[in-house]
Formats: sequence, structure tokens, C-alpha cells
Amino acid sequence: MTSPILELDGVSTDIAQYHILHDISLTVPEGGVHVLLGRNGAGKTTTLRTIMGLWQARAGVIRFRGDDIAALHTSDIARKGIAFVPENMGIFGGLTVEENMRLATHDGSFDRDRLARIYALFPALETFWTKSAWSLSGGQKQMLAIARAIIEKRDLILIDEPTKGLAPAIILSMVDAFREIARETTILLVEQNFLFAKSLGQTVAVIDDGRIAHTGTMAELVEDTALQTRLLSLSLDAHQ
Amino acid sequence: MNSITSAFERYGGINLLPVLLALIAFLLIGSPSTWVTLTVAGLAMGMMIFLMASGLSLVFGLMDVLNFGHSAFISFGAFIAASVLAALTAWVAADSVILNLLALLLAIAAAALFGLIAGWAFEKVIIKPVYRDHLRQILITMGALIVAEQIILAIWGGSPISVPRPHFLSGSLIIGDVSIELYRLFAFVLGLIAYVSLYVILNRTRVGLLVRAGVENREMVEALGFRIDRLFVGVFVLGSALAAIGGAMWAGYETLITAAIGSEMMIIVFIVIIIGGLGSIEGSLLGAIMVGLMGNYVAFLAPKMALASNMILMMAILLWRPYGLRPAVK
Repeated sequence: MTSPILELDGVSTDIAQYHILHDISLTVPEGGVHVLLGRNGAGKTTTLRTIMGLWQARAGVIRFRGDDIAALHTSDIARKGIAFVPENMGIFGGLTVEENMRLATHDGSFDRDRLARIYALFPALETFWTKSAWSLSGGQKQMLAIARAIIEKRDLILIDEPTKGLAPAIILSMVDAFREIARETTILLVEQNFLFAKSLGQTVAVIDDGRIAHTGTMAELVEDTALQTRLLSLSLDAHQ
Repeated sequence: MNSITSAFERYGGINLLPVLLALIAFLLIGSPSTWVTLTVAGLAMGMMIFLMASGLSLVFGLMDVLNFGHSAFISFGAFIAASVLAALTAWVAADSVILNLLALLLAIAAAALFGLIAGWAFEKVIIKPVYRDHLRQILITMGALIVAEQIILAIWGGSPISVPRPHFLSGSLIIGDVSIELYRLFAFVLGLIAYVSLYVILNRTRVGLLVRAGVENREMVEALGFRIDRLFVGVFVLGSALAAIGGAMWAGYETLITAAIGSEMMIIVFIVIIIGGLGSIEGSLLGAIMVGLMGNYVAFLAPKMALASNMILMMAILLWRPYGLRPAVK
């Protein structure tokens, strides 16, 4: 296994008076797609938001390439090379597709080759380049959110439930796009859709009630139906 | 009904509202010359209100901060400009456009400079400790407004202060039966310049792009690597300077000012940003022009209704569009 790009060690997060994350420890190896699975309310989104500094960890250490980032401001974390695609996609509807993308570049200019690769991954973005992001469909907005995260080279992309509410055909195209993206960057993917997750993930962590319930390779989890049932309270068959 | 709505949208949509208002007023007023005079007065008033309201709307939209102390900048802008003009009486009264203009520009610059410096200090001392706490924002900014009014009373006294108008703006432009005050024309042009400048900054620069994005979703702007709190300081300082400039222009418009000028204008400013939609410069302009025109037309047609007219306008628009005419976030 490659060296970790991200490590969470004993991370606990509170939101107001509620204790959401309890002593979370998690290692994300460099390269590929790594999945954080869990049911609704298990703490998946809170984990990503805590990594991004959008919620402050009460305790614990978050290391990115060996540096503790737990106390850093969100913008400083982003500038270290971590991109975030939130569950609501975080699209600026009042801006055009181009402006949304331009905002994610460090100096406001595009690398033409990179942009061409993004157009190849998500052709709809080229079509709607000058249109307001409000006019995009749900799937196109998700494409824009992901494209924005890769408009410049990032070391790690945190993606929160990208398949939520999307049609199966769009989810299939997302699988191809994620495989392509994972060739140059590491993806930490939060998902509930096990079929999607298993088609991409190399490692998996299952979170339940704010605690890590399991970590291992995705192949192990896919092969062990009993483990799936115990961890996810549903079998792979039920999803198929 | 649908065909009327689609035709309305095709020919400009809500941007046509001031035109519709002016047309209705034309039918009710009857006299073209009176209508032109009232319309110009309304547009000038609207532009001055826009100066005062635009910064507050952006501050509201960008950081969700309720700043009732905004009107303190209007008051100080008015009094500082009045003092500068009083100190430069010889230039103000001189029969020289250059000297008149210099005196006016110095008065506006002094007000703007105060807005920039005091705005920065106000944000650091008053606003920053109460981010994300609306109740405390209301209490502390209301308190700051009271303190500001008392400081004005201590410096300039309780008696109304007369504001001299520069000689070249004290007359009227006569076109046929129509008489248009030059000061109103000047206020309109200045407001228009401010709007175009803000529009260009917001729509043609990277900082503007960040502000527009921040109004929609400040958390995401931070997740893209930008410090929205630093951007907010800039917007707050700019908004305070614009409010002070608006106050300076308003002082010349009223020609007699008291320490309550800011709190009197604050109600109108809030009506404008609510009508226009939070965080939107275009909305603020639309709201300000509607309020300016409505105030002048109703003051002529039904003087007893003048005070209530803008409240009624706000209620009508909110019933139709609960988020205002052009909110930054849909």
C-alpha cells in the first residue's frame, strides 16, 4: 500500500451541543479512489467538512502529507491542494459556467489542454459554457462541481455523495469520469450507493454513529456478503 | 394572463417597473412639465438612496450581517461635507465652476475618506466580534448608531445646520415649461457613475467575481481557497464610503440637516434593499429608483400618503416577490 496522503487520528467533532464524530481514525492512501460508506446521519459529511475546516475538530489530528491541518482556515486547507465537492454541489447559480470554473483557478486563467480534457469528460459544460449555472440540470451541475474541482491539479478531492438524485445513465458516466480523474489525483468519496462505490473504490471505511466501524479493501467487502449485511444493514443483492 | 406576463418579460421584465410607475404617474398628474420635474427629482433622489443602500445590500448578502449602524456613515458624511463646504464658502459662492466643483469634490472626498477609515474601524471593533449572531448584531449596531448621533450632537450641536450649495448647482435648467434643478441632475449623474463603476467592478474583475460568488455561498468560496472575511472588510469599507458620499449628496439636496438625518434615511435604505433583493446592486438600483419616484409622485398627488407610500410599495412587491425584485441568490 502507498504512503498515506491524509490521516485522521482520534478526530472528534461537535456541532452545537451534539457530539457527531467520536475519535475517528482514518488513513487515505495516495492515488485512486477511497470510499467512506455509511447510512444517513452516520457522520460522513461531517467527516469531510471537518477535514476541510468548515467545522472545527474538538480533538484529534488531521494530517495532510504529514502536516497537521486541523487548525487551519478552510481557504488555507484548499490552497494546500485539497478540493471539496459538497453534497449540495456548491454551484454559484448566478454565475456562468465559465465564471464558476474561473473562480476555481488560482489566477483566473485556464490551462487550455486541461480544459480540453474536462470538455471531453463533461461535454455539456462546453455547450453551456456561457450560460448561467442556474440553467443547468442536476446532473450537469454535478459535472460542473466536479470539473471545478479538477480545473487545476489537486492532490486530494473530497466528494460528498455525487450520485444523489442523479439518473442511472448519468451515474454510469460519472464512473468513467472518476476513473479518469483518479489517474492523477486521490479521491475520497463519500457514498451511500454501494454499487457506485464498489465499482470505483480501492479501500473502504464504514462509518456508523460517528465512529469508524470497519476499514479494509473494497474487494474484501464486496466478497463478504455477511460483512456487508453487518456493516451496511443491507446486502449487495438487495442493491442489485 | 400568461401572454401579458411573457410580453412583460420579453420587453425587459421587472426593469420596466419604474417606467410603468412613471407612465401611471403621468396619467394621474396630467401636466407634462410637472411630471418631468417630479420624475427628475425622483430619479435624483433614487440615485442618492442607491449610493447609501448599495453597500449595505452587499454587506447583508455577503456576510449576513445586519448593520443598523450603516446610517451613522450617512450622518457623518452629511455633516463632514457640510463643514467642508462651510469652510470653503468663498469657493462655494465664487462665480467659477472650477472653484465650485473643487469645493464640492473636496466635500465628497472628505466624506468618502471618513467612510473608508471609520468603516474599517467599525468593522474591526463593532462587527467582527458578532459575526453569525443576528441578535447581537442588531443590538450593538443600534447602540453604535445612538453613540454616533450623540457624537454628532456633541460636535455640531443640536440646531439644524444649513448646507450651502455650490453656485453652479444652485440654479435650474429651463426647457420650455420644464424646470429641472441642476443639483438634482448632478446627483443623478454622480449616482449613475457610482452604479456603472460598481457594475464594472462586480462583473468585470476577479474581486467582483469573488464578491458575487460570496453573496451566494461564502462557504464554497472559502473551500476554493479564498478568505471571504478579508473580502468582506473591503466590501464593508467601500459600502461605508458610498453611504458617506450618499449622505454628503443628501445634505446638499436637503440644504438643512440635523443629527437624525441618518436614522431618517435608514428606513428608506432598508426598504430599498428589501425591495431590490439582498446582495444585488442591480436590485438596489431598481429599488432606489422605485422608491425615489414613488416618494415624489405621491408627495405631489396625495401629500398625506407620502410617508406611507414606500411602505405600501414594499408590501406590494414582497407579496408579489417575497425575495425582492432582483435578489442575488434565487
